[in-house]
Amino acid sequence: MSSRREILDLLRENARYTTEDIARLTDYSESEVAEAIEEFEEAGVIRGYGAVVDWNAVETDEERVRATVELNVTLDRETSYDDISDRIAKFPEVTSLRLVSGDYDFDLEVEGDSMREVSHFISDKIAPIPEITQTVTHYIMESYKEQGMEFDDHDDDDRLSVSP
Amino acid sequence: MTFEAADRVDSVPPSGIRRFFELAEEMDDIISLGVGEPDFSAPWAAREAAIASLERGQTSYTANRGKRELRERIADYEAATHNLQYDPDEEILVTAGASEGLDLAFRALLNPGDSIAIAQPCYVSYVPGATFAGIDVIDVPTRAEDEFKLTREVLESSGAAEADALVYCYPNNPTGATMTAEEMASVAAFCRENDLLVFADEIYADLTYEHDHTSIATLPGMRERTVVFNGFSKAFAMTGFRLGYAMAPPEAIEAMNRIHQYSMLSAPTTAQHAAIEALDNCRDEVTDMAAQYDRRRKYVLTRFEEMGLDCFPAAGAFYAFPECPWDDAGEFAESLLQEKRVAVVPGTAFGEGGSGHLRVSYATGLDDLKEAMARIESFLN
Repeated sequence: MSSRREILDLLRENARYTTEDIARLTDYSESEVAEAIEEFEEAGVIRGYGAVVDWNAVETDEERVRATVELNVTLDRETSYDDISDRIAKFPEVTSLRLVSGDYDFDLEVEGDSMREVSHFISDKIAPIPEITQTVTHYIMESYKEQGMEFDDHDDDDRLSVSP
Repeated sequence: MTFEAADRVDSVPPSGIRRFFELAEEMDDIISLGVGEPDFSAPWAAREAAIASLERGQTSYTANRGKRELRERIADYEAATHNLQYDPDEEILVTAGASEGLDLAFRALLNPGDSIAIAQPCYVSYVPGATFAGIDVIDVPTRAEDEFKLTREVLESSGAAEADALVYCYPNNPTGATMTAEEMASVAAFCRENDLLVFADEIYADLTYEHDHTSIATLPGMRERTVVFNGFSKAFAMTGFRLGYAMAPPEAIEAMNRIHQYSMLSAPTTAQHAAIEALDNCRDEVTDMAAQYDRRRKYVLTRFEEMGLDCFPAAGAFYAFPECPWDDAGEFAESLLQEKRVAVVPGTAFGEGGSGHLRVSYATGLDDLKEAMARIESFLN
């Protein structure tokens, strides 16, 4: 028997699946799928739907630059990680922000139209935040996999067309 | 003296789908639902173990019966997953695919002139394998109205009681049919009453969606008369590694090994290293792949229902076996291929018992599956 989690898995796999598709793929009826999705959206389980884009494959002269930034912060009695994240997450340049374990505190992903724009954003908007003690910026040079999707083109199926 | 096929080879007709196969191979941009193998690659850890074994230079033969380490893992795996208890030293033989195991059993455990009852429709190798071994075949035609399950009634009416052995595959290729524990118990009773050996091809055992798989060898009085065949091709998506195994009482394994040691010597060494890793660390991948097949199964069955194409609820392997709306399934498959570029296999490829049906493999990515089903729907309209 399918679980409602399976509906989430399928939407994660391909957000363009229709409720009809998902009903055919699970034990749920179409109306049950629609109802579950609505509930997930209302409860904030599903936060949105987006496309996984391979920017290198986009034929345009416009540059698209992404960077991951390691942030170290120092907390005081009045400031929590949530306070800092609230401030950073509001910038439209920030595409993801995560608190992580290890050598640094926040893992930040930033997008911009040029390296200059991204650099300025880090130096002008992020670095001056008082609790931030260090930033280390890594520009993304090539993406091979995003959100579970590989960007290679090795999808040739060399199995026989018909076999026993 | 010139080369001519030996009589026993000549007596086996070429595959009924050869023409169809050649046609499909010539065409571009087809979506194939005709493929009887997983569309997933073998789990990465298994592939890496194969590579590492080559890097270490482990390229020699292994013991005839297979690496002991692998036989131990197989014994543990079968005990844990299918409730089968076999001694790795005397009761397990590692073969080059489950197909080799069946061939060995036919030749090592039956004599020319013996007869074997084969549940039809069936995997394409059983009947030729029996012929090559000089064994007579008794067809046991399972029926769509029984959901292609083996029943006491069809066993009795087909004359299977006269056979020396029964061979079947559940979950089944080509139908996707499965057998519950209760249904299997009735087959077991028939085999005990009529003193039949059983060759149980359980290569799809881990791809059972509606209920747990029951191996006939776990039923009372059956272990001593059964050879169970399994392998890494389907559940672990390791078809190209060519690795399977047979499990049976020592005297059966000893006899099969006597042919194996002269013909194959030992199963591919690299594949054995991969298989050890697969059993140790890749079971989650099997579960994931099975979950994906299950979704696709539901999708395909629902789509056939929407098209008004009768299809019994296939519950195992990765095949659906709908009724063909035309009298001639071969003609239907060929027209579908030429007009809509979708390859499915006519049921007749799996023996007369498959006539009037199509085998539709859903070991294909969902996007292609959706497109293929849309094309079939437009072909029907």
